This record gives sequence, C-alpha cells and structure tokens, in this order.
Amino acid sequence: MGGYVVRRLLLTIPIMLGVALVCFMLVHLSPGDPLVSVLPPDASQALREQMISLYGFDQPYVVQFFKWLFNALQGNLGTSIATGRPVIDEVLVAAVNSLRLAVLATLLGFCFGSLFGFVAGYFQNSWIDKLASMLSIFGVSVPHYWLGMVLVIIFASQLYWLPATGGGPTGSDGWQWDWDHLQYMILPAITLSVIPTGIISRTVRAVVAETLAQEFIVGLRARGLGEAAVFRHVVKNAAPTALAVMGLQLGYLMGGSILVETVFSWPGTGLLLNTAIFQRDMPLLQGSIWVLALFFVSLNLCVDIFQALLDPRIERS
Amino acid sequence: MSDLQPAAMVETRGLKVRFEQAGKRIEAVNGVDLSVSRGEALALIGESGSGKSVTLRALMRLHPERSTRIEGQIEIEGRELMAMSRGELSRLRGGEVAMIFQEPLLALDPVYTVGQQIVEGLRRHRGLSRSEARARALEALKSVRIPSPESRLDAYPHEMSGGMRQRAMIALALSCHPKLLLADEPTTALDATVQIQILILLRELRRELGLALIFVTHDIAAAAEVADRVAVMYGGRIVEMAPVRELLRAPRHPYTIALLASRPDGGLAKGKRLETIPGSPPDLAALPPGCAFAPRCRHAMAICSSQLPPSERIDSEHLVACHWAMGRSDADPYTQPRQEERMDR
Ligand SMILES: Nc1ncnc2c1ncn2[C@@H]1O[C@H](COP(=O)(O)OP(=O)(O)O)[C@@H](O)[C@H]1O
Ligand code: SF4
Ligand SMILES: [Mg+2]
Repeated sequence: MGGYVVRRLLLTIPIMLGVALVCFMLVHLSPGDPLVSVLPPDASQALREQMISLYGFDQPYVVQFFKWLFNALQGNLGTSIATGRPVIDEVLVAAVNSLRLAVLATLLGFCFGSLFGFVAGYFQNSWIDKLASMLSIFGVSVPHYWLGMVLVIIFASQLYWLPATGGGPTGSDGWQWDWDHLQYMILPAITLSVIPTGIISRTVRAVVAETLAQEFIVGLRARGLGEAAVFRHVVKNAAPTALAVMGLQLGYLMGGSILVETVFSWPGTGLLLNTAIFQRDMPLLQGSIWVLALFFVSLNLCVDIFQALLDPRIERS
Repeated sequence: MSDLQPAAMVETRGLKVRFEQAGKRIEAVNGVDLSVSRGEALALIGESGSGKSVTLRALMRLHPERSTRIEGQIEIEGRELMAMSRGELSRLRGGEVAMIFQEPLLALDPVYTVGQQIVEGLRRHRGLSRSEARARALEALKSVRIPSPESRLDAYPHEMSGGMRQRAMIALALSCHPKLLLADEPTTALDATVQIQILILLRELRRELGLALIFVTHDIAAAAEVADRVAVMYGGRIVEMAPVRELLRAPRHPYTIALLASRPDGGLAKGKRLETIPGSPPDLAALPPGCAFAPRCRHAMAICSSQLPPSERIDSEHLVACHWAMGRSDADPYTQPRQEERMDR
C-alpha cells in the first residue's frame, strides 16, 4: 500500500508540470492586451513599455514560464493586475468559498444520488426506477444557471425566504457558521447539487444493478442471509465506485461552477475566473487555473488511494 | 408419512420449473421425481442446459420469484418447501441445506474476506459471538484441509487459487453443519488433479459428517467417484436413474448409452464438455409432445414423437423413461430415413 501511494504521488509531478505549461500557454497565446484593465486607452507608449517590463511580459515565453513556475512552487503566484493584491491571497479566499459550496453541494448530491441510485437499482424497471431515471436525466440536462435563476425568482423574489445573491450579509467580513451566512449558501448549493445528484444516481443504479446480477447474490441467499444482509453486501460492493464518482464531482464543482457562482455572485473561484477573464488579468487567471488544477489532481489522488483502501480487488502491488 | 417411516432428506414429486422470459415460456424442468435419504449421495448428470442447476436451485427456492413458476412438491425432511415462510426458508438455507457452486470466485462476495463470510453465516444460523464464530470458521477451514488456515481467514477470494477457493467455499457451506449439501458442478472449473482432490475431499467429508449430497455434474466419472446413485437428465426430465455401478454396467436409455460411449478414457480434461453426441439439445421453449431425445436417438420410433415415455421400473432400483428400453417396438417406416440422415453427419 505504501509503495502504491508513493508511486501515485510521483506520478502527479509530471501531471502538475504539464498542467502548468498548458495553462501558461492558454493564457499567453490567446489574443488580447494584458494591460487593458490597468492602463487607460490613451496611456503613453513609455508608460506602457514600463508596465510591460514591470510585469515581465517583454521576456521570452520560456523565461516567463520558468520564472513563473519557480515562484509558483514557493507559493508566489504574482500580483493581480487589476487589484494589485497577491494572486495567492485572492485565489485562496475564493477557493475556500468555493470549496465550502462545493462540499455542501456534493454532499447533497451524494445523499440524494445514492438514495435514488440504490432504490432504482434495487427495484429495476419499477415506477420508482423510472421516476429516479427521469429526475437524474433532468438533473444532468437542465442548464443549471437557468435553474439558479428560477430558484432565485421563486425563493428570493417571490417568497422572500432566502437572499438572492452574495456570499454573506453586507458589512460582514469573512465567513461564519451561522444562519445569517448559511442562508446565502442554500440556493447556490441546491443548484449546484443537481448535476452530481444526477450523475451519482446513474452510476449507483448501474453498479447496484450489476452487483445484483452477479452470482454471489444467489450465493448469499443460499446462505440464508436476509434482505438487510444482502443489501449490506451490495452497499459494500458499490461504495468504492460511488465514492470515486463523488470525489470527481467535487473536483468539477470547484472549477466548473463559473455560471452558478456568477448568477449568485458567490465570491468563489468561478466568480474570480470570470472576473479575471473579462479583465484580462493574466497572473490572476493563470494562478487560479493552476490552483484549481492542483486541487483537482490532489483530489483524484485522494480518491484513488481511498478507493484502493476500500476495494480489496484493486491491485496494490 | 408416518413416524415409523422417517421422511427422506429431500423428495420431489412432479417438480416443474418454468421461466417467463421476454414473452417466452422456458420449460426448464418438466416433472422430476427424486428422493435422497439421509447420508445418501445422488449425482445429477446430463448435458449443459438439461435443467440440472435449475432443479438444484429449486430445492432451495433460489429462483427469482417474479419470473419463475414452480409446480409439484418439494419436501425437505417431510416439510413442504413451497409452503415455508421467509423466516423458515432463511433458517433452512445455509443452516440445514447448503450449496456450493461451480465457480467460487463468482459465488463468494469479492469484497469480503473468506473469514468474514463464514463468520456472517455462523452468526446468522448459530447466533455465535464474533470471536466464537471466528474460532469455528477456523475449524471449518481446517476441516477442508486448507494449508495455513489462519492466514486464509483474512484472505479475499481473489487472493486464492481455484482449488483453494473451492475448499473455502466448501468450508463456508459446511460451517453451519447442514444435513444436505447441494453441489453444482463443484469441480468443472478446476484442473484435473485439483478436481480429483476436491472429489476425494467431498467423499471423505460426506462420510465423516453423514451428509446427504446432490452432486450435479456433466462428468460421469466424477459422478462415479462420489455418488451412490445417478440420475440422468435430459430436457428437464430424469430419463434414467440407477445405482452407480448398475448404470455404468447396464445403461438402458439411449441417451445414457451415448453419454457413456462419448466419455473420454482417463477422465475429463478441464472445461471439456460432452458434446460428442450428434445433434443439439432440445429447445426448452418448444418441447415436443413425445420424447425430447427423439431427434437425436438412433432407436427412435413413431410412438416416440407422439407419446411421452413414462418413467418405469426395470428393477427395484433402476428407472428408465424410454419406449425402446421397455421393449416397445412399433417402428414407423418413414421415421427411418430421417434418422439415417442424422447419423450420416
Ligand atoms: N433464471 C432463468 N431464467 C430463464 N431461463 C433460465 C433461468 N435459469 C436457467 N434458465 C434456462 O434453463 C435451462 C436449464 O438450465 P440449467 O439448469 O442451468 O442447465 P444445466 O443442466 O446446464 O445446469 C437453460 O436453457 C437455461 O437457459
Ligand atoms: S423414447 Fe424413443 S426417442 Fe426417446 S430415447 Fe427411447 S427410443 Fe429414443
Ligand atoms: Mg448448470
């Protein structure tokens, strides 16, 4: 097991370097003026050149890349062009906000997805299975920013039950675990949970159906085990897959919630990326993408290791 | 069934099993009468698809209830199986009647260790504490002569060899001390040498424990190793039943005769099937009104395709279901060319 973890860790190093290179290229090779957000359109040529050399944009790409990588490995992702604050601070604050939302949404998705998936897999082709299938198809196919807006209209604009947008009450600095803050999370979390619910329930249904079709289920019944015990066996067989899918969904939600975070003005990485893209804030964009990628890769690593721990069938040698 | 004459370990009368599948009705078992007394071993042999496994699973009511129709009577020690409640059934399964399967890798839960699975059964049926159950599980593994049983307790099924797994499966089945063991081709998936070891183990355990056994196989040599009596199945019916020696010495049904003739000398190699009888097994969704073997039978007569041959006694222990074997001979001229055509192939 130790050897497996070490090999898996070593494997992430080239992945991280590759990701760093790809996001560097994406950001630098795309057209547009990197200084558009800080320089007025009528700035003098001298000022412009001074700014360009200050940010190092005049150096060869290779030098720029290795400089950036060298600094990044020490936790220095440069400064945001738009705000002048260190990128790492901006990204970490946003990442924590996103993570909080993503974890809640994934947990919701896991609970409902597993519930629907198990029931649908156990009672295949019953009405309850068909209902669960319809719900999960709805979940993965409905545009979730649209769903977010609908929820805002119903629960915020019409019923006044919950706040429409924002990451906390005005005037509050930082997150607190109280109702005043939590109520801001509810609508975005529900909106975000719809996709993981759909995907997890499809996966769990398939795994449960596949497990139930295996011969050992007859074997268990032939040992006189009751339905509850058989169910326990099915859960233990299906759990590694369900948890792996859940982990990946958490990763997607961390970076993939740009639209939802924008709809709800949730101060997370999605909103940050959105801002960075529109302001062509290259250090911020590059830094946030890299941090998100880092997060995704580590999450994958955790999922793999966790799965290997849970599932004795996975070769660990 | 009086008290003076104790009930058989298991007895079926007119057992029929039908599956409803995609609008088709598959008649897998079509009137099986068999009886196994305490401590006796019966082998069920026949080609693949002849209904051996379906018969065996019916004896524990293991078929999916929604898509299966079971008719006739099944009695386990005089108790009607089809009338049992869920609770009675689950006490019976594993506690009084146990089953072992052809491929233990598929029949054991892959994410539980062998020890956990034995312990689970012992706790269910014998109400033991976890540590008592573990001690008993170890005993069970020892009793099937598994090398280093302590370490096998914590091994997962996929970490063992095929023969070892089958031993573990047998240990699991026998851990709760059942009175009847149903074995569904337990040696078919194994190498020849391991096959023999498992057969010897089963024979020894049966003697030690006074276990009744129904042993399904398509290998008549394996049947001869462990069984007292043999029942030959074809198209979901028992076409001949006799003590092993009698059957090997004087088979009467044309199918049994062909089966014995097709037997390779020196035992069966791994995975080898008895497919040397020309023609194919009957379509269980469209069985003929007469003898199901008629299209492949060299002695078929007109009466064979119109009248089902009843099961008849040749002597006190030898039953056969065949018009020809019973000496009926109303050969019809125009069934002959059809048969010769078949034999030419
Ligand atoms: N659950 C089921 N549903 C439909 N058909 C089945 C089912 N189980 C077995 N059968 C069919 O019943 C026939 C007899 O099968 P089986 O008893 O397994 O044969 P064998 O003698 O090789 O053990 C086969 O044609 C098989 O396809
Ligand atoms: S009854 Fe007729 S067809 Fe069937 S086995 Fe006997 S001789 Fe052959
Ligand atoms: Mg079979």
